[in-house]
Amino acid sequence: MSKILGIVFSNMHDIRMGKITEHRTMASVPFGGRYRLIDFVLSNLINSGVQDVGVIAKSNFQSLMDHLGTGKEWDLSRKKGGLTILPPYATHEAVFYRGRLEALGNALSYIRASKAELVVMTDCDNIASIDYAEVIRYHKERKADVTVVYKNKPITDSIHYDVTTISMDEDNRVNAAYVNPESDQGNVLLNMTIIDKKLLERIISDAASANFYSFTNGVLQRGNQRLKIYGYEFNGYVADLKSLQSYYDCSMELLDPKVRTELFPRERPVYTKVRDEVPVRYGINAHTKNSMIADGCIIEGSVENSIIFRGVKVGRGAVVKNSILMQGTWVGENSRLDGVVTDKNVMIRDAKTLMGCKEYPFFIEKGTIV
Amino acid sequence: MILKKEWIAMLLAGGQGSRLYALTRDIAKPAVPFGGKYRIIDFPLSNCVNSGIDTVGVLTQYQPLELNEYLGKGQPWDLDRINGGLYTLPPYQKSSNSDWYTGTANAIYQNINFIDRYDPEYVVILSGDHIYKMDYSKMLDFHKQKDADCTIAVMEVPWEEAPRFGIMACDEDKRIYEFAEKPKQPKSNLASMGIYIFSWSKLKKYLEQDEADPQSENDFGKNVIPAMLDNGERMYAYAFQGYWKDVGTIDSLWEANMDLLNPNVPLDLYDDNWKIYAKNPVMPPQYVAENAKIQNAMISEGCTVEGDVDFSVLFPGAVVEEGAVVHDSIVMPGSVIKSGAVVEYSIIAENVTIDKNARVGCRPENTEDKDNWGVTVIAKGIHIGKDVSVPPKAMIEQDIPGGEDNE
Repeated sequence: MSKILGIVFSNMHDIRMGKITEHRTMASVPFGGRYRLIDFVLSNLINSGVQDVGVIAKSNFQSLMDHLGTGKEWDLSRKKGGLTILPPYATHEAVFYRGRLEALGNALSYIRASKAELVVMTDCDNIASIDYAEVIRYHKERKADVTVVYKNKPITDSIHYDVTTISMDEDNRVNAAYVNPESDQGNVLLNMTIIDKKLLERIISDAASANFYSFTNGVLQRGNQRLKIYGYEFNGYVADLKSLQSYYDCSMELLDPKVRTELFPRERPVYTKVRDEVPVRYGINAHTKNSMIADGCIIEGSVENSIIFRGVKVGRGAVVKNSILMQGTWVGENSRLDGVVTDKNVMIRDAKTLMGCKEYPFFIEKGTIV
Repeated sequence: MILKKEWIAMLLAGGQGSRLYALTRDIAKPAVPFGGKYRIIDFPLSNCVNSGIDTVGVLTQYQPLELNEYLGKGQPWDLDRINGGLYTLPPYQKSSNSDWYTGTANAIYQNINFIDRYDPEYVVILSGDHIYKMDYSKMLDFHKQKDADCTIAVMEVPWEEAPRFGIMACDEDKRIYEFAEKPKQPKSNLASMGIYIFSWSKLKKYLEQDEADPQSENDFGKNVIPAMLDNGERMYAYAFQGYWKDVGTIDSLWEANMDLLNPNVPLDLYDDNWKIYAKNPVMPPQYVAENAKIQNAMISEGCTVEGDVDFSVLFPGAVVEEGAVVHDSIVMPGSVIKSGAVVEYSIIAENVTIDKNARVGCRPENTEDKDNWGVTVIAKGIHIGKDVSVPPKAMIEQDIPGGEDNE
């Protein structure tokens, strides 16, 4: 297999997630009880044999750096290559980048220095377990310049932000791309792209001189006649995280065993930063139903239809339903939570009642004491 | 050049742990899983790191494959260091007198060169078969304060149990004047915990003497400690208070796991200042299904619970299917309890399958033959067939085909 370079965009779409991404990148949004979104992205890359990964960061990337460290949890702490964080390289004429191509402009010297032939580019808001080795095989078979991964799926209101769909000829060659189309269903791009490295370098330089910054506009829309761009259909489960509502919906989908098997296949483990937590301890009157619970939790009350992150405590007599409690949330005795999403280290005192609903979950900011 | 260390630790991990029978058939005792995600050796190793010891030699001999793999470069305990760190020390061939480790003292004797490389003032000798949290730096302070040659950690045990331990008799200043290994008439109830701090120059001298004595069994408790005491060396007892348990038998291993479920047992695993480190499984969070019933349990990542779990410890990736019952039991990594199966008072080792409607073990009150009741053990990788009934205290090391399998 030829050498592959992974490029991860850590900030794409993070304005859509509201308070969850106020102090963190999209990449470091907690998901699935013990992960950050970037864990799925990095695990896909390394499970597909990619050994060099550059993570492009724009803003709020402190929590991301803290999470990634040297990259050793993903086996990316290497003498040559491995994990590289690419923060904005601000010269006095530089601007905060507006699109992927502009962001890549900042990373051009990193990309040039790589010995890879192909580049896998991915955002962090489409969570799936995908084998890029398959996509690369497809890319090579077609002798494609660019291969974009898509899934034919409904376009619901909760994800209808910056959605790109493509149309293709019978050979799956892309002939048009649409941004935010007025349709309920489409070939939605998962923003996972395979591209020849030399071509990418050329596009980046051209983009700078021709003053365009969007990959969708500059390459998929303007370049589809000139370049051989192919669509690769992904049929597995995708969590598309574009808003607090879609975050809530996708989290709840994890309670479906079929979704879990697709997202956590045995042969492609999802790696994350370890926290050396104790296994979950269930107390004498604990009641737990249909929930996903991460390590370090102490459950003494009732938990139902919920996602409970690491180190959460649910006190005696407390009832937690249809909720997502992020790391370190503390629920006091006899409190009731329904349809609530708590960010990290939220503390709910004894005997409080907090209600949201499935269609409009109630979000509590990081560190709030109720 | 290797930098001098004030102190280093040597961890005796070569024992077979023969009283754990089937559980240590092909792994060394320190590698036996414990407490939902740990292995026994995680406790002394974490104590070392938390006490500020950054160099640990782990002496291995019996079935070291899995233990070596687990220890790796010491990364889970933050012992992958440039100066020092974790080393596994198996016996090795020399130009003359090559031998297996013939006793605890001989194991250290054979590694004098390793210890000398760090030129330490003090050496801590630990064993890999106890569950406890202890700050060895406080014990070292005590050792220095008493200007001791050897300090032995002791704890009070009930008088009736004293004959099972190495018992110290000491004066008001905690100086030991008598040591008796498993005495019939104990003079005190201060039992040795198998944790020693020696001033290295002194220990080295005694190890060399001990090795030269052909009558010696080359054991710390039987030979080295009595020899030092006979020569009037300064030996002190450091009193430890807190939870400490030898998990050398099936019953004590089972009890120690159950102790974790008891809020009154003073072993706090949640203390952020004294974490017990272990290699973390790469698995998604556990899933608890709609009809599951879990109380008083400790359950690890990657588990799926659809059945009834009470007073039990489940290790990573264990599965309890719908309608299955696991009570008062320990289910080690990757084992599956199929629907309708009942597991009571048992230790299920790794990757075991208990097939549908099988019954393993039973509650003490439900057996007629109370004298022969005990914890049931199913060894690693065993398959217990459908509808099979395994009696209490059984030790199963071979597959048992189920009723339908024979048809």
